[in-house]
Amino acid sequence: MSSRTVLSSDDIDRAVTRIAHEILEANTALQKSGTHNLVILGIPTRGVLLAERIAKVIARNEPDTDLSQLLGRLDITMYRDDLASKPTRAVTETQIPSQGIDDKVVVLVDDVLFSGRTIRAALDALNDFGRPRAVKLAVLVDRGHRELPIRADFVGKNLPTSREERIRVQLTESDSENSVVIES
Amino acid sequence: MNKYLLSAADLTRDQAIEILDIAEGMADVNDREIKKLPTLRGKTVVNLFFEDSTRTRISFELAAKRLSADVINFSAKGSSVSKGESLKDTAQTLEAMGADAVVIRHSASGAANVLAHSGWINGAIVNAGDGTHEHPTQALLDAFTMRKRIHGDNSKGKALDGLKVAIVGDILHSRVARSNLLLLNTLGAEVHFVAPPTLLPSDASNFKAKLHYSLDETLLTEKPDVVMMLRVQAERMNASYFPSEREYARIWGFNADRLKALKPSAFLMHPGPMNRGLEIDAVSADSPQSTVLEQVANGVSVRMAVLYSLLSGERATDV
Amino acid sequence: MSNSYVLKNVTIGDGATTDIQVDGDKIVAIAAGLIAAEVIDCTGLVALPGCVDLHTHLREPGFEQSETVLTGTQSAAMGGFTAVHAMANTSPVADTAGVVEQVAALGREAGYADVYPIGAVTVGLAGKQMAELGAMANSKAKVRVFSDDGKCVHDPVLMRRALEYVKAFDGVVAQHAQEPRLTEGAQMNEGAVSAELGLTGWPAVAEESIIARDVLLAEHVGSRVHICHLSTAGSVEIVRWAKARGIHVTAEVTPHHLLLTDELVRSYDAVYKVNPPLRTQADVLALREALIDGTIDIIATDHAPHPIESKDCEWSAAAFGMLGLETAASIAQQVLIDSGKSSWGRLAEVLSINPAAIGRDTEQGQAIAVGSFANLALIDPKVTRKVVADSASKSKNSPYVGLELPGRVVHTIYRGHFTVRDAKLAESGRK
Repeated sequence: MSSRTVLSSDDIDRAVTRIAHEILEANTALQKSGTHNLVILGIPTRGVLLAERIAKVIARNEPDTDLSQLLGRLDITMYRDDLASKPTRAVTETQIPSQGIDDKVVVLVDDVLFSGRTIRAALDALNDFGRPRAVKLAVLVDRGHRELPIRADFVGKNLPTSREERIRVQLTESDSENSVVIES
Repeated sequence: MNKYLLSAADLTRDQAIEILDIAEGMADVNDREIKKLPTLRGKTVVNLFFEDSTRTRISFELAAKRLSADVINFSAKGSSVSKGESLKDTAQTLEAMGADAVVIRHSASGAANVLAHSGWINGAIVNAGDGTHEHPTQALLDAFTMRKRIHGDNSKGKALDGLKVAIVGDILHSRVARSNLLLLNTLGAEVHFVAPPTLLPSDASNFKAKLHYSLDETLLTEKPDVVMMLRVQAERMNASYFPSEREYARIWGFNADRLKALKPSAFLMHPGPMNRGLEIDAVSADSPQSTVLEQVANGVSVRMAVLYSLLSGERATDV
Repeated sequence: MSNSYVLKNVTIGDGATTDIQVDGDKIVAIAAGLIAAEVIDCTGLVALPGCVDLHTHLREPGFEQSETVLTGTQSAAMGGFTAVHAMANTSPVADTAGVVEQVAALGREAGYADVYPIGAVTVGLAGKQMAELGAMANSKAKVRVFSDDGKCVHDPVLMRRALEYVKAFDGVVAQHAQEPRLTEGAQMNEGAVSAELGLTGWPAVAEESIIARDVLLAEHVGSRVHICHLSTAGSVEIVRWAKARGIHVTAEVTPHHLLLTDELVRSYDAVYKVNPPLRTQADVLALREALIDGTIDIIATDHAPHPIESKDCEWSAAAFGMLGLETAASIAQQVLIDSGKSSWGRLAEVLSINPAAIGRDTEQGQAIAVGSFANLALIDPKVTRKVVADSASKSKNSPYVGLELPGRVVHTIYRGHFTVRDAKLAESGRK
């Protein structure tokens, strides 16, 4: 097995910062100023960590931001369509900001966009929590091979891969280092 | 976890904690406005009840429906079982209809085991109470309730290490007691059985529990963290297990005086339905220490977790 | 087949290797170097007097879907038996001369073993009124053993009268020792395992209290009494005490109680459901010791065939009983010979000589000697075999399927006729 680092720690930081700014720009275009209509939802496991990082950058740039209303997490385990073919997954917590998601702009955050099935499940899950004004998608890596008509609005890096390759995203909050590695 | 939940002994410590953790997530769903998940869409869950138990059936039914499964209730009364159809025929009929999971309640000990090992059914099997043998989902919901009372929102990942649980009443005939004994030991708790000698097995040497005859002495010397009262079944009343209901209530029933003897943090459980005035009095049953209604609510979450665990995961590795 | 043949190089019990010549239905010579038109090489085989089962359920009349006299005696032949005592719990119950004569006649017609009907002690096995024991004794079936097996003669007065009455014709009452009140709804041995499994317990005391009562009754009225299927260490102690006291008590143990324990019930597989129930390992060891030291007189199979639907169900709905005829000799060999604790002589006593003596079967259980009836079981003790579900019995409820057991019955000779030859059942019985 060979592995090759495609994003370094600095690359990841830059990508996160850029995505945060892009989210803000897009939001400003939509609603003038402030973040009170914005909700960032991370998809477990590493999407949650990335969402935290993005939310912190946003909060730094918009000092009025209430982080507890901006940031949440969305567990999509129970909405997957591959229950019988994958090992049982533990269900983790879902945290939706107390003001809910009705009429908000929700940005879903995940580490890698691949088939699109995870995002499909996340859209289903969102449905059970309310009716957002718009749903956007931010991912650190888009590796292609979509199986559903789903597209990311904010992408850290487009990474052409072959189907057999594995993308490993490591973040210091859960792993020993920050990096994105391709294994084949 | 594999395809069957027949006994609380089927679960390792990690598996038991995993189910309880999943149940935490399910409990959140039960607090939502839309109390439904699409997880088991297209799956068929059969509640095969050879014995009346509206509470358990409703709990399983709600659990399956909240996971979007199709639910069929097959009750022995009014079905062909009462016409002498055997367990085998019934099971094969359900199999032919394509049941993905069978939740079985039966008056014969071991009925769920027979169903699981006969080859009559390919689907998952959950024991919802077999005779005087086991009732594993009851033990899981009891453990969930204990964990929630003790750790609140920080329950995830926790076991019940060091918890002292006194189970009081008809141990001999209680499937709740047997399943709780096994699961509580798995989760690190210490089990005490309190009963008149007639309602304890004559040889309890395989029970990892301390046995007591006196409830008052147990409360005084053991200072249990949890007291679980068992229901006294009507058919025991006239079979010389104890002289009278009055004497039983006086010596082994839970009442206001005994409530005072509990330490403040301790709580009182009952699997329901209660015989108020026999094994538990109204003051105790309705006290803040009583977890009776929590147990009912938690039952749905735990059964959702069990159905989810049995019906998901890689099937190929089980066979 | 010729009625005169020589069994070459047979080892008789623990003794010498020699030849046996059979002519007609008798043994006519025992010596080395015998010659006849037909010579059957029996090198490596041990000869025993044909086995006699004092406790067989042939199920006919009434339950022919489980077994018939024909299939039951064929199964017996496959197990080395040349005589079986057919239990009375048929339908109609064998409580009249007519029924016992019918069963005996069916046995003669089949020709695979002597069939001695056992008469019921009470009418319809109901435990209320004594059956016509004298009529059955004086019938063509010449009944000497009486039993309500399956049910206990629990009324002490009735038991006393029966013990006394059968003295008139040298009969014996074989008691199924089970105190009915102590075993209401009982499903398995009461002990640590029943406590775990939540199955209603069957306490040892329910058996022992009846045995204690009956040996004292037998002493009081000076009768002999036979105890069916002893299953507990406590029962052994009581019988040992009674024998030391000079009471005329004989006792039997089943092969399954010598081998299997209640741990098997953990599977809830009803093939292990039997009356009396499988007990603990301590009981098994006590029964083996008692069989070796003579406290227990015989092995009796309690061969109890049941159709598949009676076992293919939840435990409490299943029927009691298991097959035993075709595996009994192997289990006896394992317990007595392979353990190194006893001898072929003892094995011949417990499987042939003693049961014939208790049942007063004068033409069975005879020593292998010139002039004796040629009732023989020839066993290859060296082979081991894996028990399979298919057998000569009509039923399949053997608890030993899949187990490796030592020894195999190679030939069974019933009154000179090969009922089993080279481990294959003869196409027809003795005519």
